[in-house]
Amino acid sequence: MKNTNGNTILNSPPLEGRGAAVLNSSPLGRSGGAVSTQNACKLCSPLGASVAYKGFEGCVPLIHGSQGCATYIRRYLISHYKEPIDIASSNFTEDSTIFGGDRNFKIAAQNIINQYKPQIIGISTTCLSETIGDDITLFLHELKSEDFDGNVEFVVASTPSYQGTHIDGFHEAVAAVVRKFAKKGNTGNHINLFPGFISTEDIRLLKEIVADFGIETAILPDYSESLDNPVWDTYKRIPEGGTTMEEVERSGSAKASIEFGTVLNLGKLSGRVKNQNLTKTAAQYLEKEMDVPLVRLPMPIGITQTDRFFEELEKLTGKKTTEKYTKQRGRLVDAYVDAHKYVFGKKAVVYGEEDFVVGMCAFLDEIGIEIVLAASGGESGLLEKEILKHCPENGEKITVREGFDFESIREWSITNKPDILVGHSKGYYIARELEIPIVRVGFPIHDRIGGQRIKHLGYAGTQELFDKIVNTLIEYKQDSSPVGYKYM
Amino acid sequence: MPNKKNYTNGLPDPSELKEEILKKYPRKVAKKRAKAMIVNDPSEGQEIMANVRTIPGIITQRGCTYAGCKGVVLGPTRDIINITHGPIGCGFYSWLTRRNQTKPAEGEDNYMPYAFSTDMQDENIVFGGEQKLKTAIREAFEIFKPSAISIFSTCPVGLIGDDVHAVAREMKAELGINIFGFSCEGYRGVSQSAGHHIANNGIFKHVVGNTDRERTGKFQVNLMGEYNIGGDAFEIERIFEECGITLLSTYSGNSTVESFAYSHTADLNMVMCHRSINYIAEMMEEKYGVPWIKVNFIGAESTAKSLRKLADYFGDDELKAKVEEVIEREMAKVKKVAEEVKPKVEGKLAMMFVGGSRAHHYQDLFKELGIRTVSAGYEFAHRDDYEGREVIPNIKIDADTRNIEDLEVTKDEEHFRDDLVTKKAKLEKEGYTFKDYQGMMPEMSKNALVVDDVNHWETEKLIEFYKPDIFCAGIKEKYVVQKYGVPLKQLHSYDYGGPYAAFGGAVNFYKEMERMLATNIWKLVDAPWKHEPEIVGSISIEA
Ligand code: SF4
Ligand code: SF4
Repeated sequence: MKNTNGNTILNSPPLEGRGAAVLNSSPLGRSGGAVSTQNACKLCSPLGASVAYKGFEGCVPLIHGSQGCATYIRRYLISHYKEPIDIASSNFTEDSTIFGGDRNFKIAAQNIINQYKPQIIGISTTCLSETIGDDITLFLHELKSEDFDGNVEFVVASTPSYQGTHIDGFHEAVAAVVRKFAKKGNTGNHINLFPGFISTEDIRLLKEIVADFGIETAILPDYSESLDNPVWDTYKRIPEGGTTMEEVERSGSAKASIEFGTVLNLGKLSGRVKNQNLTKTAAQYLEKEMDVPLVRLPMPIGITQTDRFFEELEKLTGKKTTEKYTKQRGRLVDAYVDAHKYVFGKKAVVYGEEDFVVGMCAFLDEIGIEIVLAASGGESGLLEKEILKHCPENGEKITVREGFDFESIREWSITNKPDILVGHSKGYYIARELEIPIVRVGFPIHDRIGGQRIKHLGYAGTQELFDKIVNTLIEYKQDSSPVGYKYM
Repeated sequence: MPNKKNYTNGLPDPSELKEEILKKYPRKVAKKRAKAMIVNDPSEGQEIMANVRTIPGIITQRGCTYAGCKGVVLGPTRDIINITHGPIGCGFYSWLTRRNQTKPAEGEDNYMPYAFSTDMQDENIVFGGEQKLKTAIREAFEIFKPSAISIFSTCPVGLIGDDVHAVAREMKAELGINIFGFSCEGYRGVSQSAGHHIANNGIFKHVVGNTDRERTGKFQVNLMGEYNIGGDAFEIERIFEECGITLLSTYSGNSTVESFAYSHTADLNMVMCHRSINYIAEMMEEKYGVPWIKVNFIGAESTAKSLRKLADYFGDDELKAKVEEVIEREMAKVKKVAEEVKPKVEGKLAMMFVGGSRAHHYQDLFKELGIRTVSAGYEFAHRDDYEGREVIPNIKIDADTRNIEDLEVTKDEEHFRDDLVTKKAKLEKEGYTFKDYQGMMPEMSKNALVVDDVNHWETEKLIEFYKPDIFCAGIKEKYVVQKYGVPLKQLHSYDYGGPYAAFGGAVNFYKEMERMLATNIWKLVDAPWKHEPEIVGSISIEA
């Protein structure tokens, strides 16, 4: 067996055996819509909510349910961010499933307060507590009327995983925080930026951009510090950083909100399917309830999408894009030209969460890579439309699949032979089997260092991403060449 | 780096530290935690509180019952399709996250790289998920034609009342393969330990004894509670093979359901991780008369001891000679590396909080390098794993324990090994001990602090007090501990390393310790207490 660099792998991987081979001749085309999920391409809602909560200053996430969910989710996040990530659980017992989780919830809340002295406890529900029908608002009411010790705010996001994915959980939590704390007021000169589930490095890139435009910006949520800490002198039980309470309050009086993502949690399977009257995203809420104008853009990956973001910033600030960025842009275009022949016509499979897939497709489409499959475990019902809209070159040729799992992606790839996979770590096994390269982007990256620091956004982020994709393709060609040229 | 802590005259009394830790808790919590923290005194039979529910809101290392049932016991078994019945998260998070290795022969089944889930949606929660589960089973069968399928229930399933056992029976009849379910909903027990028990019961009920097998070796054994993390089992298998011992089945590293099915034909069961697997060993003895002994293949000395015990059981001179030959040859290699490494790491301090046996077993490895364990505890063990099996009759049966079925096991007249019962009786008379797990505490130093289900707050305080040179735990603790400038070695997944079992494993581990303890990176971290004299117990707490 060869790995993606063409080197022979000595340790036999756990992938061999009939299990792997049989599917090639599977009588039941999975792409044809199997009912069960095999190697899912999505995660569950409280995970997304917990990431979002980590982006608000002084917030400790609490997952209301059995302890396994919190433990699993912590392990998943810690493996990606490589940071301490405390997420509490209300540790349900069998009794809680019968009599409700109020007792455990209250103990948990009290203990979090004692240990952490948080400003906010960010609660997300689980499949279990939602199925039981625990009413957390009621618990909170009771808790506060009992002898309750502590000065803390509670935020509740309803995040059953049988409705939607981790992305729904993420947006739900951000919306819950904003709904709770945003205050209407005289419109100021500041703006809100709702970036979606992006890397910590991406957040830092965005901060730099808005700072260079000289516009005061609240990024909601901002986990660029709290999930990517430097080494500490003394241990901090709640890591520093995060959008401050004041910033959240002032989000209601912002000049505008910029929201990245066009799928968000607006889709058919999101938790609010039963109550269409509820606003979905935080930015939508601010628009409807506090008259903060909303500008919704796809993730700014690639030149076209980043241009749109800069245009909006120019409009909002009345300032021109500085030379720093026009040069960044110029270098990126230059690189596109230089590397054109290495990427043009290459076939890629892109997978991950929906907005990310849309953004990534828009970028790959722009550089002439042919996207043969764009897949997500999400099922918004919006993915295809959005991809078509943002991929003007070859959009109509892209096969778009929602509700896809990795086995379906794998089967599809065996038939359609892509040159490269673009997505997170969980697709690695497909690349390995097909002996093609994978470029790791998005979340989760569990098999590399620095997954949280991968850049995707803006001209600078795109530049890195572009170089990485091109070099991966070149490296693959170089490795599989019999000569091994050191010059191209 | 000079070692600032001088514990040559014994470990300091950590009672004050314990008080400091407890002060922070509300009264009730403090009372409970006090019983889970023992200042060790091996000369006394001390009691620890273990296997009780984690207090809500306190960040625990523990996982859920489902995690123990699916992830630990059946996860590493390659020829069975494990379907998670539930919403997507539970199944996704248990997808190949433990680094169990497996080695299928050419053309053999291996379903370990797959995470099958029914991915329950709204309507399944409302109207029940049994139909979807059946479809999932049929799909899996259609595609893979496995010889066995198992179903794992997650929390919501128990609540909506899906009967996974009825579904399993129905599908078994329809498809003609072995299909069985587990009621291992996450909330059922205190930790993953409950899941181990449920898995043991299920495997015993539905698999063990299903097929017979002609004897293929003179000395047939099973290895239990070895999960082949980082290839541990491969190293143990190599040694067995060289000694001429036939390993029928391992529960459950590098394992197959096929081998579980005939594992009752072994002459002896060897138990590594007592916590996760003693149930099957016990039941197998009751039903088939196969006795079990406790072994440990972590640490070169322990490996030698376990091999000798094994040879003594069979009492065969040729086997004994072979075992001695292997030990001598392997030990020569081990000693060479130990001699190089030991002077560099001797006197260092270690702490380990992990698992249900590793926190004990790894102390042996550290001891071989002269590294002292100052504090240790398990994540999901019970009192017997701390205090020894003799306390089992005195363990209080609480609601959580009662929740898990204790299987009625009756003697299998046809397969019962009277010869082994006689052998056991004879050996016992000669002083040979069976079922002899003494637990962790009697082997630890006086004043070592034993902590069950350690949490974040306690970890912080422990590190401040002991300033260990190395901390062993899992990925969830890794970055907390490393923020203190203390290297953490993962003993769940081995940080991509291993094997650490048996002789070859010991060599790997010694080298790993040399690398971790001698690296210069940590000097850059400059933890605040690094330059202070020894802490004298006046740690202030912002209460
Ligand atoms: S829902 Fe239950 S089974 Fe699933 S991870 Fe959570 S605790 Fe475990
Ligand atoms: S029960 Fe729901 S919330 Fe918990 S791990 Fe499973 S999918 Fe996620």
